[in-house]
Amino acid sequence: MSSMNRREFLQMLAAASVAGAALDARPLLAAGKADALYDVAKFGNVHFMHFTDCHAQLLPIWFREPSVNLGIGGALGKAPHLIGEHLLKAFDIKPGTPEAHAFTYLDFAQAAKTYGKVGGFAHLATLVKRTRAGRPGALLLDGGDTWQGSATALWSQGQDMVDACKLLGVDIMAGHWEFTLGDKRVLEIVEKDFKGKIDFVAQNIKTSDFGDKVFEPYSLREMNGVKLAVIGQAFPYTPIANPRWMVPEWTFGIQDENMQKTVDEARAKGAQVVVLLSHNGMDVDLKVATRVTGIDAIMGGHTHDGVPRPVIVRNAGGQTLVTNAGSNGKFLGVLDFDVRGGKVQDFRYKLLPVFSNLLPADAEMAAYIDKVRAPHKARLEEKLAVSEGLLYRRGNFNGSWDQLILDAIMEVQGADIGFSPGFRWGTTILPGQAITFEHLMDQTAITYPHATLTEMSGEQIKTILEDVGDNLFNPDPYYQQGGDMVRVGGLQYTCTPDAKMGSRITEMRLKGKALDADKKYKVAGWAPVAEGAKGEPVWDVVARYLRDKKTIAPRKLNQPKLMGMKGNAGIAG
Amino acid sequence: MNTTRRTVLKSATASGVLAGLIAAGALRPTQVLAADWNKAAFEAHDTAGALKGIGAGTPAESKDLILKVPDIAENGAVVPVDVVSNIPNTSSISILVDKNPSPLCAHFDFANGALADVSARLKMGQTSLVKAVAKADGKFYTAQKEVKVTVGGCGG
Repeated sequence: MSSMNRREFLQMLAAASVAGAALDARPLLAAGKADALYDVAKFGNVHFMHFTDCHAQLLPIWFREPSVNLGIGGALGKAPHLIGEHLLKAFDIKPGTPEAHAFTYLDFAQAAKTYGKVGGFAHLATLVKRTRAGRPGALLLDGGDTWQGSATALWSQGQDMVDACKLLGVDIMAGHWEFTLGDKRVLEIVEKDFKGKIDFVAQNIKTSDFGDKVFEPYSLREMNGVKLAVIGQAFPYTPIANPRWMVPEWTFGIQDENMQKTVDEARAKGAQVVVLLSHNGMDVDLKVATRVTGIDAIMGGHTHDGVPRPVIVRNAGGQTLVTNAGSNGKFLGVLDFDVRGGKVQDFRYKLLPVFSNLLPADAEMAAYIDKVRAPHKARLEEKLAVSEGLLYRRGNFNGSWDQLILDAIMEVQGADIGFSPGFRWGTTILPGQAITFEHLMDQTAITYPHATLTEMSGEQIKTILEDVGDNLFNPDPYYQQGGDMVRVGGLQYTCTPDAKMGSRITEMRLKGKALDADKKYKVAGWAPVAEGAKGEPVWDVVARYLRDKKTIAPRKLNQPKLMGMKGNAGIAG
Repeated sequence: MNTTRRTVLKSATASGVLAGLIAAGALRPTQVLAADWNKAAFEAHDTAGALKGIGAGTPAESKDLILKVPDIAENGAVVPVDVVSNIPNTSSISILVDKNPSPLCAHFDFANGALADVSARLKMGQTSLVKAVAKADGKFYTAQKEVKVTVGGCGG
C-alpha cells in the first residue's frame, strides 16, 4: 500500500464510519448526546476526580486495550484480569457501545474509526471543568506517569506536562516514571513549579541512609466542611524496574506498616475520609486493602487497567474500594462519597472514557499545547513509513508495535534474538495510518533509550525470561512489578504462567534448533538500567529501519506457546 | 521540603556540631568486646550446618520475633534487615540467608537487659529465604521471609 495523503485518509475514515453504522455510536455522535455519557449525577459531599498514567499524551490518540491479561492464583478470573467479552459480561456493558470500545480491544480498528480518538489534555480539561462545576470543591488527583511518554516531555524534561497539569488544575500527585528524570529534577519541580499549587505525596519514599521522608506522605484537606486526607504511594519497585542510579539516595518499597501508621495519623488529625493515591498497580492495591485498615478508597494506576467499577475489599476496619483508571489520558475516574456522622456512608464511582469527538477542546489548554509543540512540529510530524496493519503495545507477551521494534533492532544490529521491555504505555496506529516520528517516540521516549547488542549464553537468556516471568506471574502480587513480559524476537518458547519460577520457560528454540545453554547468542535490546550504559537511542535505530522500508506490512507476532491457561478470562477463546 | 538527617549531618560536620553530639554522649563510639569467633557456624555451607553451629537445631516459629526485610531487594549487595525480639531474656540473634554460600551472616549476643533490636545490611546473590534466629532461656526461636533478588528492568 502506498502512503496515503490526508485527504485519502479522511475519505477512508468517512467510509469506515458509514461501514460502522451498525454500531451504537452513530446516533450518539450524530445527535451530539455527550450528555448521556458525561452527565453524572452529583452524589454526596466529598468528590475526587482521578486520572493516571497519561504518559505525557497531550493530544488525542488511539489506545487499544489488551487481549491478553492473565490472572494467576488468587487473581484468576477477577478484575483487572478480564479481557474483551469477559470484561463486558462482568460489568454489564453492552457490546457495540462506546463503553465497550473504551474498555476492550474488540473490533478495535473498526470501532476506533467509528468513535474517534480518545484523551487529549484539551478534551480532558473540558471534562474536568464540567465535572468540577457540578461538584464544588472536588479534588483532581494525578496518579503519576505523567512527565514521561512523549517526545515533547522528554525534550523538555517533563516541563510541558508540569505546566499542563498546573493548567488542568491538578491538586495532588503521586509518581513513578517521573523519577527517571533523576532525583534532582523531581525535587526541582516539586519545590519550585508545584510549590503552593500541587502536592506531590509519597509515604513510601525514604532516604536510604537514615530512613527520613523525602516527600510529604499525605495531603490534609477540607472539602464542604469535611476533613480528608490523600496519601501518596510511589511505584514501590522504581529502583528495580527503572535505573536505580537515577535515585541513588532514595529507597522505596510497599511499606504496609508505615502506610498503616500514616492512615492512623491522618485519622487522628481529624480526617473523616482517607484516600490512597497509588502507583502500586491494581494487584498490589488489592492486597494492600486486605492488610491496611482505615482507607476508604485506593485510587490506583501503574497497571493501566481500565476497570469500570471499584472492587470492594472487606477488611478488619470495614471496607476499602480499589479502582484503576486506565492510561494515556483515556479515562477520568469520578468518585463521590456521602460523608455524614464523621464517616463515609455510601459512594458512587464512574470511570468516564474521554472521547475527543464528544468533548470540545478547552480553548486555553489547546492554545497551550499548540505553543509547546510549535518549535518541534516539523520533527514530530516527519512521516517515517505507513503501517498496513494495526500497531499496538498492550498484552502480556507481545504487541505488534513491540514486534516492529524487535524486527528493526534485530535487523539493523544483525542479532539472532531481540528483547524489548514489557512497557505498557505507547499509543496505537490504525491500519493505513502513517507512522510519524512522534508516534515512534510514544513507544520509546525514555531517559535511558540506548540500543544494545550483547552476547548472552542460552543459560543467561533462560534466566532473564524466568526472572521477568516471575515479576509478572508470581502468585503473590507483592513480588510482581506490574509491567508485561519482555517481548522476545527470534526465539520461540513455551510458557507455563502458573508454574514455579525456574520452570515457567521451556522449549526454547531458535530457527527450529533447541537453545544451547553454553552457546553464546547475539541479543539486541534497549533500555538498559545499568549506569554508564551506551548505545544509539533506539528511536534512531527504528526510524532508520522505517524510513528504509517505507511500508510496514502487518506484523507476525512472536508469542510463546501457553500452557495451562485454558478457560482463563484474561485471554480470548 | 523537610531537612533530612543527611543534610543536617553534612552541615553538622562542617560546623563542628558533630563533635558536640559526641561529647554530649548522643553519638558514642561503642567499645566492642571481642567475642569468640564461631568459626564452625560462620563457615558452614548450608543452613542446617549453621544452625547446628550456633546450637539451634530446629528452632520454633515465633510471632514475637519480628523480621523486617524488603519483598524485593532494591540492591542485592546491600539488603536492609531489622530484627526485634520481644521474647523475654533474649540473649542472642542470628541472621541467615539460606542460599548464600555461607548462610550465617551475622550473630549478636546481648548482655542481661539489653534491648534485642538489631539492623544490618546483607549481601544476597539470589532470591532466598532470610531467617532470624533468637535464643532466650536456652531455647531457640525463628522467623523467616523470602526476599526476591531480580535482574530488574522491564517494569511499567
